[in-house]
Amino acid sequence: MYRIVAMQTLAPQTKLIEIYAPEIVAKAHAGQFVILRVDEEGERIPLTLADWKPEANTITLIFQEVGVSTIKLGSLNVNEELCDVVGPLGNPTDVRNYGTVVIVGGGVGIAPCLPITKAFKKTGSRVISIIGARNEKLLILEREMRCICDEVHISTDDGSKGHKGFVSDVLNILIKKGYSIDIVYAIGPSVMMRAIAETTRPHKIKTVVSLNPIMVDGMGMCGACRVSVGGKVKFACVDGPEFDAHQVDFDQLIKRQRAFLAEERTALEHWEKCRGN
Amino acid sequence: MEKKPKSKICKESVPMPKQKLEERIHNFNEVALGYTEEQAVAEAKRCLQCPEPKCAEGCPVDIDIQAFIKLIAERKFDEAIAKVKEKNSLPAICGRVCPQEEQCQNACVMGKVGDPVNIGRLERFVADYEMKKGAETPRKQAPTGKRVAVIGSGPAGLITAADLAKLGHEVVVFEALHKLGGVLTYGIPAFRMPKEIVQAEADYVRKLGVEIKLNALIGRLHTIPELLKNGFTAVFIGTGAGLPTFLGLPNESLGGIYSANEFLIRVNLMKSYAFPDYDTPIRVGEKVAVIGAGNVAMDSARCALRLGAKEVYIVYRRSRNEMPARAEEIENAEEEGIILKLLTNPTKFFGDEQGWVKQMECIKMRLGEPDQSGRRRPIPIESSEFIMNVDTVVIAIGRTPNPIIQRTTEGLQTTKRGTIIVDEETGQTSLEGVYAGGDIVTGEATVISAMGAGKRAARSIHDYLMNE
Repeated sequence: MYRIVAMQTLAPQTKLIEIYAPEIVAKAHAGQFVILRVDEEGERIPLTLADWKPEANTITLIFQEVGVSTIKLGSLNVNEELCDVVGPLGNPTDVRNYGTVVIVGGGVGIAPCLPITKAFKKTGSRVISIIGARNEKLLILEREMRCICDEVHISTDDGSKGHKGFVSDVLNILIKKGYSIDIVYAIGPSVMMRAIAETTRPHKIKTVVSLNPIMVDGMGMCGACRVSVGGKVKFACVDGPEFDAHQVDFDQLIKRQRAFLAEERTALEHWEKCRGN
Repeated sequence: MEKKPKSKICKESVPMPKQKLEERIHNFNEVALGYTEEQAVAEAKRCLQCPEPKCAEGCPVDIDIQAFIKLIAERKFDEAIAKVKEKNSLPAICGRVCPQEEQCQNACVMGKVGDPVNIGRLERFVADYEMKKGAETPRKQAPTGKRVAVIGSGPAGLITAADLAKLGHEVVVFEALHKLGGVLTYGIPAFRMPKEIVQAEADYVRKLGVEIKLNALIGRLHTIPELLKNGFTAVFIGTGAGLPTFLGLPNESLGGIYSANEFLIRVNLMKSYAFPDYDTPIRVGEKVAVIGAGNVAMDSARCALRLGAKEVYIVYRRSRNEMPARAEEIENAEEEGIILKLLTNPTKFFGDEQGWVKQMECIKMRLGEPDQSGRRRPIPIESSEFIMNVDTVVIAIGRTPNPIIQRTTEGLQTTKRGTIIVDEETGQTSLEGVYAGGDIVTGEATVISAMGAGKRAARSIHDYLMNE
């Protein structure tokens, strides 16, 4: 039912998958996510939409192979089918002409930035992006971002491409240079989003982040994705996934994301053993 | 000791055979095994066949209780199940989880002299009898050509779909999760509600011609106005109460503190009891505290035990008398070794360096005057705080309505609590052609009250469709 139309390696451990899902395509908006299951034993994997193609009736997701579920997903081939895909989930991005928008994407987080960037460009906003990765090989979607954005800035942790350092450093430089920024959108690892929030806070620049806590059902029932926003408990799945970065308790989020690290290792070892036999 | 003369009326009901205690605490197989034919007949014969039976008045779905029991007593099991199914398409489910002691059995005259007739167990017996044999394809009325969308495949949705299909309407059920059944699947554990039973009852609904679409979250994938525009004449909303409530205490975000829903969804829907053969993990450790004393709390505690916890506590701020769980469930839990910590309320949590819960501070309570709910209000006893060591905390203090439909349907009137406002008689919402029933209307309640609401709504939807 949910047939894989394309599977492509974008960078080491980073893959792009296109899935036939006409009903979801008809309803997809920037900022929303889907949940998929590879097989009957599989976890529910939340992934933010990286693209969708009405002409082909496909949605595009980009994911990193970091645990059993994503490794299983990456091991599938074109024409195989996924067990389940549900979506679109979550609230769409509040897209309007803000003036100048800076989109910051880190690592695989650049993927969900793509539709948001496109949507802002359509409103007539000036769109500047800052994209970064650990190194040049891991940097994805540079060409696509260049096609849309008015400016693209790049950083890598090791300096193999662009500015040596973090995306937050580049944002700081732009602010210091006197760029007038009306809003910042940041998607990436939680530590990166926290750094972006701290960079913009003193300058009172409105900053929005898309959070990726652990989720199970993804439709408001389990509360696993609860995050503290402005001191209140919010569910990323139905209240988010986008929130005001300056209100998010990132330390709590990061701890909660690491809650099942031991089990994730167990699952991976188990899977490798089963596959080996 | 002198033997009493054999009384014609047997005061005690036939006990339910159960899985052996030492075995059942290590597996998720059903605890109550069900009556044998002989046991069922013996229990059915206890029924006095009152000239004016009170039992049926207590049934939210109007089953002709006396008649089906008489048929069992006469060993006419096929006719007995047919009698039940005249009113209830999901008897194997109801026979297991209805609070019969508050409904039909509460009204049973036998209850005045001894145990009431165990109607629930008899309903389950005939349902299981038929399931073993293979249910016959049900009779349906001629097609009306009208289409109805049912949102949610829990108890309310399934019964509404079944009743409408029997009346000849074309019904599509939209289920947001990857498995049908709603709370019957994700919420109630297999040792109380085997998942094959839910599937089998749903198969019966499918045989009526109902189409069940999984992975379809209404509100996001299609809105209700879109459904009405695209070929559906009426819509029934049975989306339930699944949004978890938290305590609002310091450090409640620690790892190892689950909402009961998260805990039960992991275990029941994602089968994390079979981790790592199934990919979704759960961690319980040795000491588990479940906060709350309803059926969901009992289910969570008994799951924790089966996942290998050594000590499992029910922590409840009132006393035993106020515990909202069914007596049968409390009895099962205690039998299995669950420890009740009554008149105790948590006040804060403490975690380890990894951010995992390790201790819970509690305060002792006493009961004061009755509050709005009619139950005596719990009052903290000053300076009675103490610390409990815990590896896992499950918060089972209630669930509120699922919010997505309300947020995405313009003109749909709701209460401050997030429930949908309906006409009590008909189940109609503020929108024409749109009906609702079950927990989404009442807030968290029982499987059978949701089914009762579904049946009422199905009747009004039928009237609406035929007069449209």
